[in-house]
Amino acid sequence: MLKIIKRDDVSKRQSILIRFMAIALSLVFSGVFILILGYNPIEVFGNMVIGALGTEMRIKETIIKAIPLIITSLGILVAFKMKFWNIGGEGQIIMGAFAATYIALNYADDFSRPVVLILMMLAAMITGGIWAFIPAFFKVKFGTNETIFTLMMNYIALKWVTYLQYGPWKDPNSQGFPKVANFEVNAVLPSLFGIHIGWIIAILLTVLIYIFMNYTKRGYEITVVGESIDTAKYAGMNIKAIVITAMLISGGLCGLTGMIQASAIERTLTVSLSGGYGFTAIITTWLSNLKAPFVLLTSLAFAVLLQGGSYIQIAMQVPSSVADMIQGMILFFVLGSEFFIRYTIALKTKEVA
Amino acid sequence: MWTAFLFAAIIAGTPLLFATLGELITEKSGNLNLGVEGMMLMGAIMGFSVGIWTGSPVMAMVGAILAGAGGALIFAVLTVSLRANQVVTGLALTIFGTGFASFMGKDYVGMVTPPAIKSFFHAVELPFLSDIPYLGPILFKHDVFVYFGYVSILVASIYLYKTRRGLNLRAVGENAAAADASGIPVTLYKYIHIIVGGALCGLGGAYLSLVTIPVWQEGVTSGRGWIAVALVIFASWNPTKAMLGAFLFGGLDILGFRLQSQGIPVSQYLIDMLPYVATVVVLILSTKNNKKENRPPQDLGVPYFREER
Amino acid sequence: MQQHAAIEMRNISKAFGAIKANENVDLEVRSGEVHALLGENGAGKSTLMNMLSGIYSPDSGSIFIKGTEVHFSSPKQPIKLGIGMIHQHFKLIDILTAKENIILGQGSGFFVKGKALSQEIRHISDTYGLDINPDKKVYEMSVGEKQTLEIIKVLYRGAKILIMDEPTAVLTPQEIKRLFGILRNMRDQGCAIIIITHKLNEVMEISDRITVLRKGRTIATVETAKTEVTDLIEMMVGKSVDLAIAREVIPEKKLLLAVDNLHVYDSEKRHALSEVSFDLFGGEILGVAGVAGSGQKELCETIAGLIHVEKGRIFFDGDNIVGKNPRDIIRLGIRMGFIPEDRLGMGLVASMDIVHNLILKDYQNQPGIFLKRKHIVEKAHKIVKRLDIQTPGIYSPVRKLSGGNIQKVLLGREIDSNPRVLITAYPVRGLDIGASYKIYELLNEQKRLGVGVLFIGEDLDVLLELCDRIMVLFDGKVTGIVDARSVTKEEIGLMMAGGHPVKEALSC
Repeated sequence: MLKIIKRDDVSKRQSILIRFMAIALSLVFSGVFILILGYNPIEVFGNMVIGALGTEMRIKETIIKAIPLIITSLGILVAFKMKFWNIGGEGQIIMGAFAATYIALNYADDFSRPVVLILMMLAAMITGGIWAFIPAFFKVKFGTNETIFTLMMNYIALKWVTYLQYGPWKDPNSQGFPKVANFEVNAVLPSLFGIHIGWIIAILLTVLIYIFMNYTKRGYEITVVGESIDTAKYAGMNIKAIVITAMLISGGLCGLTGMIQASAIERTLTVSLSGGYGFTAIITTWLSNLKAPFVLLTSLAFAVLLQGGSYIQIAMQVPSSVADMIQGMILFFVLGSEFFIRYTIALKTKEVA
Repeated sequence: MWTAFLFAAIIAGTPLLFATLGELITEKSGNLNLGVEGMMLMGAIMGFSVGIWTGSPVMAMVGAILAGAGGALIFAVLTVSLRANQVVTGLALTIFGTGFASFMGKDYVGMVTPPAIKSFFHAVELPFLSDIPYLGPILFKHDVFVYFGYVSILVASIYLYKTRRGLNLRAVGENAAAADASGIPVTLYKYIHIIVGGALCGLGGAYLSLVTIPVWQEGVTSGRGWIAVALVIFASWNPTKAMLGAFLFGGLDILGFRLQSQGIPVSQYLIDMLPYVATVVVLILSTKNNKKENRPPQDLGVPYFREER
Repeated sequence: MQQHAAIEMRNISKAFGAIKANENVDLEVRSGEVHALLGENGAGKSTLMNMLSGIYSPDSGSIFIKGTEVHFSSPKQPIKLGIGMIHQHFKLIDILTAKENIILGQGSGFFVKGKALSQEIRHISDTYGLDINPDKKVYEMSVGEKQTLEIIKVLYRGAKILIMDEPTAVLTPQEIKRLFGILRNMRDQGCAIIIITHKLNEVMEISDRITVLRKGRTIATVETAKTEVTDLIEMMVGKSVDLAIAREVIPEKKLLLAVDNLHVYDSEKRHALSEVSFDLFGGEILGVAGVAGSGQKELCETIAGLIHVEKGRIFFDGDNIVGKNPRDIIRLGIRMGFIPEDRLGMGLVASMDIVHNLILKDYQNQPGIFLKRKHIVEKAHKIVKRLDIQTPGIYSPVRKLSGGNIQKVLLGREIDSNPRVLITAYPVRGLDIGASYKIYELLNEQKRLGVGVLFIGEDLDVLLELCDRIMVLFDGKVTGIVDARSVTKEEIGLMMAGGHPVKEALSC
């Protein structure tokens, strides 16, 4: 019979190796899967890469997809580091976009562009932060399950914005088509090198979050609370304040993503602007092992998958849903591989200690 | 007028009923499977495509069951045996399931349910029951699937609260260590109930694609899988309450249009919000109140392993 | 006709690595008797019983049940043979009723046969005098009721041999009376009952025979009626052993900590500590002796500010610190070091390295929002060198270190902050001799520096040699504070069992 033993020591090299093997295995598996569906896997994978990185235009598209992933993932990272399962990224993004839109629609003419944009960002971060604070508050006070709470907040946010889009904020100029008015130029993020400056924000935030988690007291406290709450109490940490701060940051970052997507991509408020990023970010955060620099890597990798998926839809008539399935399969394999990192299997010997 | 509304609410709520019941059973075993939306979609497409292919309603349902169960099996292997994080695994299943349904369904977009199947799900009036004043016409003039829904809830309730195995299941979800110490095969119970749960989600998806909205479209479930997850909490993990909740939410689903047609200007979208707000309230109250029967199974989301000696 | 004993364990030995938990142990338990298994912490009682319940198997020796030799490889077999073990921590499902808990995992047939089950439970209740409401939910039950439920559970599975691990630890005096009534009934019905305990008065009251274990060996098996408590104590603690631990006398003593009439409740609203009062002086080591669960853990954590105080005061340097949490204590500049029993779960973050574990105590008093690491790194090197900590490096996660080295990291950190009061809970548990002596040395050093050391320990020989005074706790109360130089091991043993002090030493 097999005996499962917890490994108390696994080198970084070993764990990265196991992860890579998992990804490689999943690609092989996906390849076989693609073959069964009637396509040539090498062609499919190849085209996905070309579609994501082949031309300057496409690279830009990939980066544009990576930006919201990076920022949201950083937000989720802070929550996860504390073992607070924030599934509410979607909702926090949407509420951030809502707040930014409010500023854009009402104050875009009153200030200069930089000021408008900064106001939008602040509004977005505060609102996103509050949206995450609510479940955090109840968790701290009553121990309410944060996974379900944050999930529900997603739907409330979604329906709220839908209501606005179809109701009070419906643009009278849109010929009956339910959409919110477009932003004026003053409320739109400018570009640098052909990509909206969200990329600068993303890189900046990666550095900031890295510094925050590794070099500040609060970041240290968040990590200790996540690793061992008893030790945190023993060391005299103010657990409540730490949780609240972490969630304000987490929601704030997601909210910022909402502002960026609304301002730079959609140039309006729409229910679809969160684009599933809130959920995909959970995956990229997970895969990054909760390390900020790796978030950049995993987000870019997933952006390649997303952009590649769009491309093969046009170029090969392969539906982008194939990319979704590949994503799912990679995830399954990586999730499964974690087991082999944490445990080894041995044959049960006759005598038990 | 109200009769017609309640009647429609039941039809709208039946897919939810199955998905909610399925997730309820899974969660009773201590596992939180956020892949309901994915499993519903997989069931929806398999049911639809097998239906088109074979023209047989039974085969269609079998296909749906296998699809839902298959997705759930992947979840079970990862979370029970390989001890992966349940939240992320469930999300992965949803992503995979959504892609799977979208892919398999691309040739069927716009197609309608084959007449043979549609007619199978015609309304069947139950002899005495449909004559009961008020309730009769609302509850007992539906198709067989709806009746199957009623029966499933009944069977689930009896199973959970009156049978030995149901008792064992509840123990597994509450305190896997104590269950194990009593000799209950924890892993087996988890596997079986996760898979059964998935099968039910698949069935719910198939009813949706074949009967409720008898046209295949992209994302036909439109988030109902997530509502089901919320409904389980709303129902305090009780099958009968789950059924009532499902019909209630089914009603909310169609309420907006009804009110508007009556001239009452309430936004559908604000009404849409109600289920989730209600769930949040229920969630807060249930953890605050400490009424133990209404709380989640204590070991929900916690992987169990007996430390080997 | 020679009747076979219900249980016979012959020459049982069991080792875990280098530690000999049981060495050539003999035990014989007859049907129709209550047999007490007596011994200090670590004497080997639980290990022995775990072999009867199928969790461990012996390295050598044999086990006979009713004359037939058996080899258990899983907990299921002993249950089939009628052995029922009731652990200290109940394995019950809170939201289910008593009835439901009893048939969990049992029985045949599809449905729960409510009526038949109730009848069977009634039968068991009447036979053994166990009172239970089958339809009551477990979370509504008192601790005594839960224990009764556990007993019925094993009886329902056909147990005729009952093993109870510290059954009275969680009961009120009335519940203990009830339990003993039940045990007498069961004995009269022919059951064999083994109680693992260290409460001498109860042993004298309920048992028919007693087997005493000490340091893994059987010392003696005696008939209760023919034994005195003093005999038992002598068997339990043995003769004094000279450990050659240095002990100085520091003449100049300042009152650092004064605890006055402390009352603390535990999570089940029972007294973890009641009427605890004592003083701690700088330049002394005050030992705390007592059987496990007498309130030592609560004492430490209460002084450290982790547990709510119901009544009483704790004066640190004249100021009452009751109501202050660890954060307040640090902020107020009160220099108190605390090395908890749970090293990796409370004292340290297991997955972090030495440097980051040192930061735990240091960072609150650092100004600004950034962590300053450089001086911590230097400190880490210093501590590793000074305490001779074996580690792959200061950036290795501490959970990789051996028990002794983990303890050194903890001690090093706490000492480094120059505490005035140092509380250590079981600091040498699990450590080898060399590491232990190093710890004693470090504690003596602290004493010389004028620190007041509170030392909670298990080994009476160590306590007698290392400490200046010893406070004994029993059931949350102080049964005596004595001079370590003049008290005998037997006297401490008596106080640990609830007896009262011969002479008090309130100060040195």
